[in-house]
Amino acid sequence: MKMIQCISPKSGGSLEVFGMDVDTHPREIKKRIGVVPQENNLDPDFTAYRNLLIYSRYFGITGRLAEERADRLLRFMRLEEKRDILIEKLSGGMKRRLIIARALVNEPELLILDEPTIGLDPQARHLIWETLRGLRAEGNTLVLTTHYLDEAERLCDRLVIMDHGRILVEGTPADIVRDYAGNEVIEVERTENTVACLDELGVAYDLAGDMLQVFTDHRADDLVGELLDLCRHEAAVTVRPATLEDVFLRLTGRSLRE
Amino acid sequence: MLERIRRVGSVWQRDLEAFLRTYRVNFIPPFIEPLLYLLALGFGLGTYIEAVDGVPYPVFIAPALVSISVMNSAFYECTYSSFVRMYYQKTFDAIIATPVSIGEVIAGEMIWGATRGVIYAGLMLPVLILFGVATMPSSLLLIPFAFLAGLLFAGIAMCFTAITPSIETLNYPSFLFITPMFLFSGTFFPLDLLPEVVRYFALAVLPLTHVVEINRAITLEAVSAANLLNLAWIAVATAVFCSLAIRLMKRRLVV
Repeated sequence: MKMIQCISPKSGGSLEVFGMDVDTHPREIKKRIGVVPQENNLDPDFTAYRNLLIYSRYFGITGRLAEERADRLLRFMRLEEKRDILIEKLSGGMKRRLIIARALVNEPELLILDEPTIGLDPQARHLIWETLRGLRAEGNTLVLTTHYLDEAERLCDRLVIMDHGRILVEGTPADIVRDYAGNEVIEVERTENTVACLDELGVAYDLAGDMLQVFTDHRADDLVGELLDLCRHEAAVTVRPATLEDVFLRLTGRSLRE
Repeated sequence: MLERIRRVGSVWQRDLEAFLRTYRVNFIPPFIEPLLYLLALGFGLGTYIEAVDGVPYPVFIAPALVSISVMNSAFYECTYSSFVRMYYQKTFDAIIATPVSIGEVIAGEMIWGATRGVIYAGLMLPVLILFGVATMPSSLLLIPFAFLAGLLFAGIAMCFTAITPSIETLNYPSFLFITPMFLFSGTFFPLDLLPEVVRYFALAVLPLTHVVEINRAITLEAVSAANLLNLAWIAVATAVFCSLAIRLMKRRLVV
């Protein structure tokens, strides 16, 4: 991400943004992108409004144009009431919204977001998702990284799952889920009896802690019946739609990533 | 080139606006500091001192007080304050995501440090005039010269900021460099009183000695050819430290 933003030097290979090499045209590229960093780096010495004005100035945008844009962006991110409030008085969600507003002062053709909703409460996340979908609907290109797979599922047209710097899969969220986790997931408690029974039936399953997961394409109901009948399984059986999280865990394993 | 100046200016303007937002606090030190030193040293201790090189003691230390204030304001702005912006507030990270480069950020910061020196010199001058320890109008020259002197100390400060591992270790240059310089740069007693070796040492490595000599020549209206050497020393050192600071900061921040 930092290499695309022309902040870190390229570690290898070739990288072009808008058809320009990041090594030779960093300034031209930065002029046309907006960046929402993971950590809050709003300027604590100023109010929300002044933050936007001062940031505009770094792009060479000044005067009436900058002022109108700052007010419009505050309205767009529903921060107009916080216009003259110092940064430290804003909540976490407001700060994130202001950072997104700040990333838009130069009307970027490409918006890069690094974990845009990390650490936010559900209301704040939904508000941010709404605005990001709004931006997408206007035809803006958004590139975002996230560890929240529900966020990726909601926002992305095209998704890349990466692990240790390698691309594992690529496609639309729906396609990826269908291809790598099927339609539905049956979760049952892991007992010796059930394990033996599934082995006997030749049903493929995944172990997930003290649960067993069976990924199916269509016939979830049939299988549930079989499980209950043939295996005389007594504990609870859950059937739920497969999610990106299933894909992610299946592809990257369940061990903790440090 | 013009675009580059504009970008450096945008960083400088950010710092200026932050300074003006808390102007009440910021404008007090340049009034209080010379007042306290003049009263305690100039008119207190100074009553035991008839004259230094034929100059009344308060008049002798007045240009040194301006020099010290310029040094402190520029040095502390570009050490502790810049470090806070760089390390804690991540202000530099935010700026370099825009078309402003890291070199331009550091240049803007150093020019702001120098500007702060100019502001302080400008605010001190009326106090000195009030006490009758600075001759007018020649003393007005203290103000533009404060920019060059301020830039020198800002450059040195920024070098320390670029290599310091934490904010605590910035205390080293403060105690081991600024404090001795404050005392042994011909500020409160003439350099000639020092043993010859020490005197040459002071002239060679303590930037404040050159600043004091020039400021004293200004307030006493006694400019000599030797001041050209002082000026040359300052100009060369400023160029060296400012470019070194930008280089060190790039090494620190471009990862």
